[in-house]
Amino acid sequence: MTALAILIDGLVYAAWLFIVAIGLTLIFGVMKVLNVAHGGLYAFGAYSAATAIGLYFNHDWPAAGGFLAMVLAALAVGAIIGLVLERALLQRFYDKDEILTALVTYAAFLILEDLLLLIWGPQGLFVPQPYRAAGIINIGLLPVSVYDLMLIALAGLLAVGAWYAIRRTRFGRMLMAILYDRETAAAFGVNVTRVYVATFLIGSMLGALGGAVTAPRISVSAGIGVEVIVIAFAVIAIGGMSSIGGALVGALIVGFARTIAVHFAPSLDLFVVYGVMTIVLVLRPYGLFGAAVARKV
Amino acid sequence: MTRTSALLSAAAVALIALSGGWLPIWVLPISTVALGNGLAVLGMIVLWRAGLVSFGQALYYAAGAYAVALAARHLGIRDAVLLVVIGTLAAAALAYVAGFLLARYRGIFFAMLSLALSMILYGLLVNSQTLGASDGLSVPRATFLGFEPRGDDYTWALFAFTLALVWLSAAAVELYGATIAGALSRPMVDNELRIEFLGVSVDRLVHMKVVIAGLLTGMGGSVVGLSVAHVDPAMAFWTTSGGFVFVAILAGTASVWGAFIGALAFEAVRTFAVSTMPGTWQMTLGAALLLTILFVPQGIGGLIFRRRRATGAKP
Amino acid sequence: MTFLRQTSYACAAALLACTATSAIAQSPAPVKIGIPVFLSGPAVGAFGEPSRNAAELIVRAMNAGELPAPYNQKGLAGAPIEPKIIDEAGNTATVVTEFKNLVQRDKVDVVVGYVSSAGCLAAAPVAEELQVLTIFYACGASRLFDDNDYKYVFRASSSQTSDAVATARYITTKFPDLKSYSGINQNYSWGQDNWRDFKLAMSVVNPKVTMDKELMPKLFAGEFGAEISVLLAAGSSIVHSSFFGGDLETFVLQASARGLPQRSRLLLTVGEQILARQGKNVPDGTIIGGRGRHGMLASANPLNKWFLDAYVKEYKSIPNFPAYHMLSSMLGLKAAWEKAAAAKGGARPTTDDVIKAFTGLQFETASGPVKMALGKGHQGIEEVAVGTYRYNKAKNQPELYDLITYPAECVNPPADMKSEEWLKKGMPGAKC
Repeated sequence: MTALAILIDGLVYAAWLFIVAIGLTLIFGVMKVLNVAHGGLYAFGAYSAATAIGLYFNHDWPAAGGFLAMVLAALAVGAIIGLVLERALLQRFYDKDEILTALVTYAAFLILEDLLLLIWGPQGLFVPQPYRAAGIINIGLLPVSVYDLMLIALAGLLAVGAWYAIRRTRFGRMLMAILYDRETAAAFGVNVTRVYVATFLIGSMLGALGGAVTAPRISVSAGIGVEVIVIAFAVIAIGGMSSIGGALVGALIVGFARTIAVHFAPSLDLFVVYGVMTIVLVLRPYGLFGAAVARKV
Repeated sequence: MTRTSALLSAAAVALIALSGGWLPIWVLPISTVALGNGLAVLGMIVLWRAGLVSFGQALYYAAGAYAVALAARHLGIRDAVLLVVIGTLAAAALAYVAGFLLARYRGIFFAMLSLALSMILYGLLVNSQTLGASDGLSVPRATFLGFEPRGDDYTWALFAFTLALVWLSAAAVELYGATIAGALSRPMVDNELRIEFLGVSVDRLVHMKVVIAGLLTGMGGSVVGLSVAHVDPAMAFWTTSGGFVFVAILAGTASVWGAFIGALAFEAVRTFAVSTMPGTWQMTLGAALLLTILFVPQGIGGLIFRRRRATGAKP
Repeated sequence: MTFLRQTSYACAAALLACTATSAIAQSPAPVKIGIPVFLSGPAVGAFGEPSRNAAELIVRAMNAGELPAPYNQKGLAGAPIEPKIIDEAGNTATVVTEFKNLVQRDKVDVVVGYVSSAGCLAAAPVAEELQVLTIFYACGASRLFDDNDYKYVFRASSSQTSDAVATARYITTKFPDLKSYSGINQNYSWGQDNWRDFKLAMSVVNPKVTMDKELMPKLFAGEFGAEISVLLAAGSSIVHSSFFGGDLETFVLQASARGLPQRSRLLLTVGEQILARQGKNVPDGTIIGGRGRHGMLASANPLNKWFLDAYVKEYKSIPNFPAYHMLSSMLGLKAAWEKAAAAKGGARPTTDDVIKAFTGLQFETASGPVKMALGKGHQGIEEVAVGTYRYNKAKNQPELYDLITYPAECVNPPADMKSEEWLKKGMPGAKC
């Protein structure tokens, strides 16, 4: 029972972490922007999905459409915020220091936090309809939420999709070219600006998607954004910051480490994530999938 | 730094300390906290000049503050000077140990490992109910070399004492910048291998800078612990480190004084926003930061002090 | 010479920064009350907004003299109240700095506020130093008055110990065949203290019952899948939780979706807080506490009727216990202030006069009488009600049944004993 519970809970939590972290690692990998506003996008995704669910489930429409509505609402909001952030702010800083761009996104995050309160008010939203509609199944003796299992499927889908997009499409090859060397890629005719806009847009939409799929299983309230930022940082740092495969492995490690802690040593839950992160970084200074950067002479 | 400039800057700092007598009393506590945070930012700047950004300075900040609280509560030490020395040394010792880990790291991984270490301390503090868990510990009132000022006098004494620490630290960092180890900061950003060819170990340089930054941050934490008279685990939380990075960007690397002016400006904007627009003060802070980055990219320090360094604040 | 020039600029800039915001006027006639409550962050929905709403409503009504007797005098003994509401969010340095700013810059006469126990513990010594009357309205840490003697600090709402004792007594009375219990509490002071007190109280009132699992997830984790699996496997009779706000709503959702309430009865020590909003989502049979006798746990009295009607009319929602705590604290202040004014023949009382009147005072609130019995007359004790929840489908509204109200002396230590010591000694002197 315990082993089964650890397996399922670990996988569910890992899937959630991966969904939340994939946009962050994509943006960092390609653009070298540590996007603190990711937390804001997550929160906006959750709130707009919650609004969509609330509106949709007020009618007697089939529940399946509700899932679509919540995802579409979040993707749209993510795209809008991403576009505004990139065009109005970030594009001015690409030739500047990485830390400066991180701070720009931090400022954006602060603004988004208050904007959220201004738009949706302090009371938050509670929209468990999709979570409930999915129901539960018993695996062995353990009742498991089908919605949570769907998160595992979604994470798998995102991982495969990302792998395909990067390895098998023209856009993916351009991404890799920029990732290795921006100037050379530009010299070979890659439109770096366009790829950057597209990357930031996709990353932002993924951030909002993370919030959207979380919305039905939590109470969507103020301050949820700040909680995900640092744990998403930990996940992608373990994986090596720039690698989507790394983020997947990082999510699995963190997911299972936390679940095992909850089962056997609950008070460690507070820092097991950072303990694992430290151990990984001590053993592998550039994360599990990060490559050491060649130093210029 | 020449002897005259040292004397004159000391005189100027003393003048500010004395001016505390006619400033409205509420300005002093907030300035003391701001200057304490400024010490932490100064530590960030020492690192930043060498191209290193730490997302975990809160580790040393909390270590210094808790060392002060514990020394005052359990060892019965009341003297502010002694307490700050203890807090500073405790943080420096911690930084020395952490430095063995951190010295190999650069860039984002340096930032992330620092972050992880500070969050581990946070977790330990919240879990330890003997240290008051998340509610923290109170810090008893300090004395100053045998004097026991009360009320407003105590507030002023702490302010003046903090200013003295600020001057000492600023002067020391200025002097350090003039040493070979300090002067190698910029070359470290540009090209580490060339420094290695000089026969200098870059890892050891980084280790030294980690200790200096940890020491200054610990001093800041000690001062803030004394001024707030309460320490709690949130001092080790990542948002605290985020605040230091925030102010460091506001300040820029151009001048050691920028750290303190940046910290004062930050507190002034924050308290103004909290007081006049309680619902949207985060937004105000964010907007202020954005405007600074957009229009004063070299930071406040760079704006006020035009350095000979042609490249400005860009590390 | 660069260093010198820089220094002089630095001096000028520092002075400028300091003096720029200092010119704020003050007026003597009204009573200025600083009210720090959460206006941002995760506690804003469950605590901040209801408290702010209540504070604004109460101040307006007091100034207009609209409260029922004996609180029907205008303002505080005729002096109008001028509130200044600020955000309680931020680290302790910010909380303390803003507290000092309220007193020294904005010249408030009284401070009524603070939910966070860290904020209360940090602000209390500062209140003493600045000699400003301070009433903590919602923080629950019993440590506050157990470990310290304060002159200027009061708390009109009871500490977390009374919740633990009342709920332990309740489940012992209602469920004689109780076998075991588990707990899930946030890993920070509030959760740790509640869980420790509950375990101690259980060992006194029901020593045969065993403890199964103690879970301590991180504050605001928002994800309790693994914890719920552990609780499902444990199958305890009762699951105790002092969760609040978003964490509480999330836990109830995730737990009921996976059928935890069918295996173990939930005991939510601050469950009252979410009933109004979450009605249908709370599983039937859940045991509900609410930090005293507030909201749906409150009795029918004129003050409660007035507050409920006025609040619902103004904000279209039902006030929860933080709103009631705000009311109790404001009523305590008003009672003490007017008692002190009466003793001076109607003249404006000094802070010391109000403190003298407040110490040991008993006054009526919407939640029943509050007696300032502990902490040398500075810590209030109040009745605590516990009930069981069900959703009434016929009336389409949530309701509580099997309500038991415990007298204040039944769930609080006597004046000469600390909470933890009292629990460990087996609650001597409890009058039930």
